[in-house]
Amino acid sequence: MLVSGIKSRPVYPGLSPDPNARRNLIVCDRAGAEAVVELVARAGEDFVKRASVILVADDASSEEAAALQKKLDPVHVEVACSLDAAIAQLREILSGASMGLRLYAAGSEPLIGSVVQAGAENFIDPLSVRTEHRGSLMRRVQCVHCKGMTENVVTNPVKCAHCGLLLLVRDHYSRRLAAFQGVCINAEDPSDSPEPKVEFQ
Amino acid sequence: MTASYLRRVKVAEVERVASRIKRFRLVDVENKPLSEFSGGSHVTVCMRAQDRVIRNPYSLMGCPSDTSSYQISVLKVDNSRGGSQFMHDNVVVGTELEISEPLNLFPPAKLARKHILVAGGIGITPFMSMMSELDALGSDFELHYGVRSAAEGAFCKLLEARYGSRIRLYLQDQDQMVPLERILSNQRLGAHMYVCGPKPMIDWALRTATLAGWPDESIHSEQFNAPPIGKPFVVKLARSRREITVGGHQSILEALEQNGIDAPFLCRGGACGQCETEVSGCDGFIEHNDHYLSEAEKASGRKIMICVSRISGDAVTLDL
Repeated sequence: MLVSGIKSRPVYPGLSPDPNARRNLIVCDRAGAEAVVELVARAGEDFVKRASVILVADDASSEEAAALQKKLDPVHVEVACSLDAAIAQLREILSGASMGLRLYAAGSEPLIGSVVQAGAENFIDPLSVRTEHRGSLMRRVQCVHCKGMTENVVTNPVKCAHCGLLLLVRDHYSRRLAAFQGVCINAEDPSDSPEPKVEFQ
Repeated sequence: MTASYLRRVKVAEVERVASRIKRFRLVDVENKPLSEFSGGSHVTVCMRAQDRVIRNPYSLMGCPSDTSSYQISVLKVDNSRGGSQFMHDNVVVGTELEISEPLNLFPPAKLARKHILVAGGIGITPFMSMMSELDALGSDFELHYGVRSAAEGAFCKLLEARYGSRIRLYLQDQDQMVPLERILSNQRLGAHMYVCGPKPMIDWALRTATLAGWPDESIHSEQFNAPPIGKPFVVKLARSRREITVGGHQSILEALEQNGIDAPFLCRGGACGQCETEVSGCDGFIEHNDHYLSEAEKASGRKIMICVSRISGDAVTLDL
């Protein structure tokens, strides 16, 4: 059902260390943390000294979070209880940051999108953020009709959590909103309701 | 890209602004308004010398919204292919020239918080219009301008009068160097650096910014390479089945044009990528003089930028 070839669909080339960055700021979730472990293993000592991680642990038990912290040692890890809390912390850091800071994001698309969005609000070019997708394909979807956001979408179509319209989730992506666009799938005949299928597991 | 895109202009004013630099003011031959442009743009000037046509890119220096005239500055380069000498020796008030429409390969980043401009010598020219634009927008900028000596530096007094403390001059003959490492440290997020000048200076500035941890997206440069002089060779055109000799002082593009072949081009300085051409065979080695193709593409020997690159050898076959 997805229309392919939409140019706004982000691509995530994978994490790679910037050996020259004065500060490496990494935001990840539980799945993305595995990519960060690989990044840290590959990077040199200087990189590790200059790196810190904000770990979104909303889907991890405190034991699991502690285990991830240990795996990332000696990199300093701050654990955030939710993506929103992590992004608030990131915004705080970026608002006072200097050139030479390199931003990294690893994990689900809503996480990467939120990091890139917070970066852009603080003058970081989206292409300057090093990104790697790991884990769930779930999406944040904006309803183009009521403008409401529906989080953690795994099916297509999906019911808008705000206005209730049945939305076709498109690959059309907004970096400003960090969300895919959802368009009413049955505007001409509301009785025609295609069965939602799990497409973004 | 073809003759129809050229505009006829005449020279309204010539001023020597430094020991080896002349400024030219160009107006439409029928006094029609010229196109508005954006800060950092250039035009290609077409010079009809005795035996050949020379086309060189020159940055526009005036205010981008001023459509009454364009201003360019030309550094006289010894041992060059003759474009700058032609401008200095043959072009006077009243001379008619042809120019392309403005093209911008060096625009300021609209979303930047601050713009740090680094110029060396004649590399000041694109920044003249860029500063005019940034100033009108109320954008934060500073210019670091290195010149050989006070006598060789163009527009120093004008810039200081216009922009005050936003201009920093560095005189090479007094051992003043642009302290780039210090300038780039402790800049808040959102600063962009732009550099234009001689190739060693551009390379140094780009390297300094990268080593300071600046992302590529925040670093900008512009450099037009003149096609270097070499030995003559033959270009075989695979599709049109023709053979053309490229003279020692000619680029492949110029040789094609002289023979009535309309090949694509924009900047004529190895920067924009428009004239990228497939190489089907080469009896010799390609001398890549552009800064558009990647190192891997250059090494593959399958592509050539015909505006500045040539071959050392007897013949090259192009997919034209």
